[in-house]
Amino acid sequence: MTVITSLPDAVALVVQDGDTVAFEGFTHLIPFAAGHEVIRQGRRDLTLVRMTPDVIYDQLIGAGCARRLVFSWGGNPGVGSLHRFRDAVQHGWPAPLEIEENSHAVMANRYVAAASGLPFAVLRGAVGTDLPAHSDSIRPITCPFTGEELTAVPALRLDAAVVHAQRADREGNVQLWGITGVQKEAVLSATRSLVTVEEIVPVLEPVPGAVVLPSWVVDCVALAPGGAHPSYADGYSVRDNAFYQEWDAISRDRATFGEWLRELQR
Amino acid sequence: MNYSADEMMTVAAARALRDRAVCFVGIGIPSTAANLARRTHAPGLVLIYESGCIGAKPTSLPLSIGDGELASSADAVVSVPEIFNYWLQPGRVDVGFLSAAQLDRRGNINTTVIGPYASPEVRLPGAGGAPEIASGCRSVVVVVRQSLKTFVDGLDFVTSAAAPRMVITDLGVLEPSPSGELVMTSLHPGVSAADARAATGWDLAMADDLGVTSPPSPHELDVLRSLTHR
Repeated sequence: MTVITSLPDAVALVVQDGDTVAFEGFTHLIPFAAGHEVIRQGRRDLTLVRMTPDVIYDQLIGAGCARRLVFSWGGNPGVGSLHRFRDAVQHGWPAPLEIEENSHAVMANRYVAAASGLPFAVLRGAVGTDLPAHSDSIRPITCPFTGEELTAVPALRLDAAVVHAQRADREGNVQLWGITGVQKEAVLSATRSLVTVEEIVPVLEPVPGAVVLPSWVVDCVALAPGGAHPSYADGYSVRDNAFYQEWDAISRDRATFGEWLRELQR
Repeated sequence: MNYSADEMMTVAAARALRDRAVCFVGIGIPSTAANLARRTHAPGLVLIYESGCIGAKPTSLPLSIGDGELASSADAVVSVPEIFNYWLQPGRVDVGFLSAAQLDRRGNINTTVIGPYASPEVRLPGAGGAPEIASGCRSVVVVVRQSLKTFVDGLDFVTSAAAPRMVITDLGVLEPSPSGELVMTSLHPGVSAADARAATGWDLAMADDLGVTSPPSPHELDVLRSLTHR
């Protein structure tokens, strides 16, 4: 049974210190409001998981919430680098950040394995690259039927998954559409899940291409209109590309980032 | 008509895409070039973005691979596991169109770190979709500015074993010799072999039939500028 509650209460219920947690979203529907609430509540020692850690992960890392990052592409999409991520990896500020890096296909298949209840997934991946030498999660495997050499990757099980969706009904059934990324797999890979939504409606009218997460796989729903900003929610808002560009300047310097952080925590 | 080295590079990259090809597009210069190709000689070019957008037809250049218009203009929008597993992995895609932070003489690319992995001088974004785009597409084209920083003798990290059929830079075009080493096959107008060698960290060979790239046509430049100045 889904608990429909406020964002602070939902974050307190779902995301705990030391968790392995994914805030997924492939440039669309990124759960910024939930990430900000995690910063306000001062969560620590998180293993942050995401295919495309972008600005919200830069903020979580800069705020000192993370101990470890599992990812495949860490950048500010269309703008450049993540300066807080870089500062953590290159200089250990504000705390050292362990990293485990994969490719997108490896990450996507690790989620699929976890969502499928399997110990690992198989793909043709990372061949000829230096990735396997720096990761415990990319191993060769021989196909028992054809003898083809393939790549095995372990299931990526999560303590918690946090995603943003367009809407939910009052039972907690969730509907999202547009670029739906890997959110379904993340929720199904997690012990606990939180979905923030633009609105709560009496009935979920069908939308072409929509993903529906039935209420019984969603632990918490919290209303957070605009909760994806500066990312966007198809049908509700547009991507605030200007903010992504502004973030480059805000995050470049520890002091200006500190001012941004104090403003968030006020 | 005057044009910049970057404009020449983007136009040359667009020309590398034939009409009706299916192209897996990275963001940045590859995306600009692919959208230019679709508006000039290749109206039937199918653009696939790793965010799950198949057959995207954006009217303006996307800033990110997840811009809303890529989805709303696409023939189909699929999940990220599906785009990699069902569409890229089986070899349905003709061309992977990538960029790089570093590239070596065999066309391997690095987008992971500059310096040692454990204590990098510069931490770059990482692999993203590139390793499997490189291995899953039938061919790879790389677009990258040519300099001693990018064209290096040894990569700090092999992110993708790209083995591109063509590398297009702001100085010219490189293609692999039978041994697999990239050689300069065309220089852009006004660029000398010495310029290209001076911007390359290995002993760069020039093809016997080294050509000169046709300059951008007024039409190509008009369309490119209408895309980038929007």
